[in-house]
Amino acid sequence: MITAVRKPLEEIMGFAAPYSRVLLLGCNECVTVCYAGGRKEVGILASALSMAFLKEGKKLDIVEQTLERQCDPEYVEEIAQTIDQYDAVFSMACGCGVQTVAGRYKDKPVFPMVNTMFMGASERQGVWAERCAGCGDCVLGRTGGVCPVARCSKRIFNGPCGGSTKGKCEIDPGVDCAWQLIWDRLKALGRTDLYSEIIPAKDWRSAKDGGPRRIVREDLLS
Amino acid sequence: MKTTSNLEKVLAAGHFAATGEVGPPRGTDAEAVRKKAGHLVGKVDAVNITDNQTAMVRMSSWAASLIVKQMGLEPNYQMVCRDRNRLAMQSDILGAYALGLNTMLCLSGDHPRFGDHPMAANVHDIDSIQLVAMVRRMCDEGLFQGGAEISNPPKMFIGAAANPFGDPQELRVLRLAKKIAAGADFVQTQCIYDMKRFKEFMHQAHDMGLTEKCYILAGVTPLKSGGMAKYMATKVPGMTVPDEIVKRIAGAPKEAQAEEGIKLCVEQIAEMREIPGVAGIHLMAIEWEHRAPEILERAGLLPRPQV
Repeated sequence: MITAVRKPLEEIMGFAAPYSRVLLLGCNECVTVCYAGGRKEVGILASALSMAFLKEGKKLDIVEQTLERQCDPEYVEEIAQTIDQYDAVFSMACGCGVQTVAGRYKDKPVFPMVNTMFMGASERQGVWAERCAGCGDCVLGRTGGVCPVARCSKRIFNGPCGGSTKGKCEIDPGVDCAWQLIWDRLKALGRTDLYSEIIPAKDWRSAKDGGPRRIVREDLLS
Repeated sequence: MKTTSNLEKVLAAGHFAATGEVGPPRGTDAEAVRKKAGHLVGKVDAVNITDNQTAMVRMSSWAASLIVKQMGLEPNYQMVCRDRNRLAMQSDILGAYALGLNTMLCLSGDHPRFGDHPMAANVHDIDSIQLVAMVRRMCDEGLFQGGAEISNPPKMFIGAAANPFGDPQELRVLRLAKKIAAGADFVQTQCIYDMKRFKEFMHQAHDMGLTEKCYILAGVTPLKSGGMAKYMATKVPGMTVPDEIVKRIAGAPKEAQAEEGIKLCVEQIAEMREIPGVAGIHLMAIEWEHRAPEILERAGLLPRPQV
């Protein structure tokens, strides 16, 4: 999923300063799963913002709503009838959702309430970690199901570097060395032979270096 | 002989090689480079010129390499994957070779987290093994990484680094093998204090036939003080310093610790010369370049062969 964390209240209050009525818009997808911008977090932020404004002797009218998916024009259309009632939209979706809303309602200010972080998975309750860099040419089949692009601090395809110590990355003892994980998996799979093959220089065109990416599925076009 | 590299000539003639190291200054003072390198003129076969080491901005490696070259020392031009994409790397290699540099070392580079620009983008377009392969192809096939022909291709003596002590242990020699398969002519190791583990590493490398395919230079760094010994033992990622060494240096009286460090370094070099497959040493006298000649002298490595 796409992970996110809510922005600091002070930053959000800065966005809110010029407005008297805003739509605080949650999303039912990834940001709900990672407790950053779902219905519940919309409620919490609305209360926190209202209280903070009251404390300053001001009033901010906040209307709460949560869409099924903010990155999908079909659902973003649901606010078309009411959008004119608001000075601005405060989106709690990831950057994809914020841009879909901003793209649809071109004269309406839209502000992000969260910082979109990475594509990751839950390691345990309350902890998410990066797993995929979306590089567009998956190598997991040769690296034992552990991604060197997303999980090695130096994106080394033929690792490990000299800084791997007791299974941890040199940058932080809280970060696993991806190449230790790769090696452990290759051993468990009986495929240590895969290590000796040199993985050639990557073609980053499939990643963001080829410019903004699109997927066009002819079979689905209407 | 594949190149005009002095280091290659020394190694090919079967001499036990000695290389040194100079870190460029954090400013524009060419004299600072000359001062450090001056201690090494005539004392080493090549001198590594580091590339923004520890992820701190310094005078560029190729520029400092040229200053050193003008002094009659052969620079070993270091290049890390952290700061440049493959376009910048290749153009720098062309420029470096055009200006007389013929020996280079391909490295991953320390993570920006450790330096003074932790906010910088971390390039890593290619990794160090892919860099070795890229330079090999530029030299041998006259082709850019992208496949186009190079007019008047460079001829570099290509080096790589190895750390015999990082984890996972089992991969250390296998990764060395990959670097050699990618085209490394020579390898310089991380500084060695744990001689037992280094011997095991070399034994394995020797058994796999790697020492036949590539020259391996063992890294040594003299310990200046007990404080430095403790620092190396605890703070440097992927470095092992046995307790007895820390005790030996730290246990000496303060004014005698430097001498004890040099003595230890000389003993280590003597021990390394006996290890099958060790083709030379790489002396990294960090901010202690002026003591390097004494170490080399006492280790019996002077004068350097004229080839």
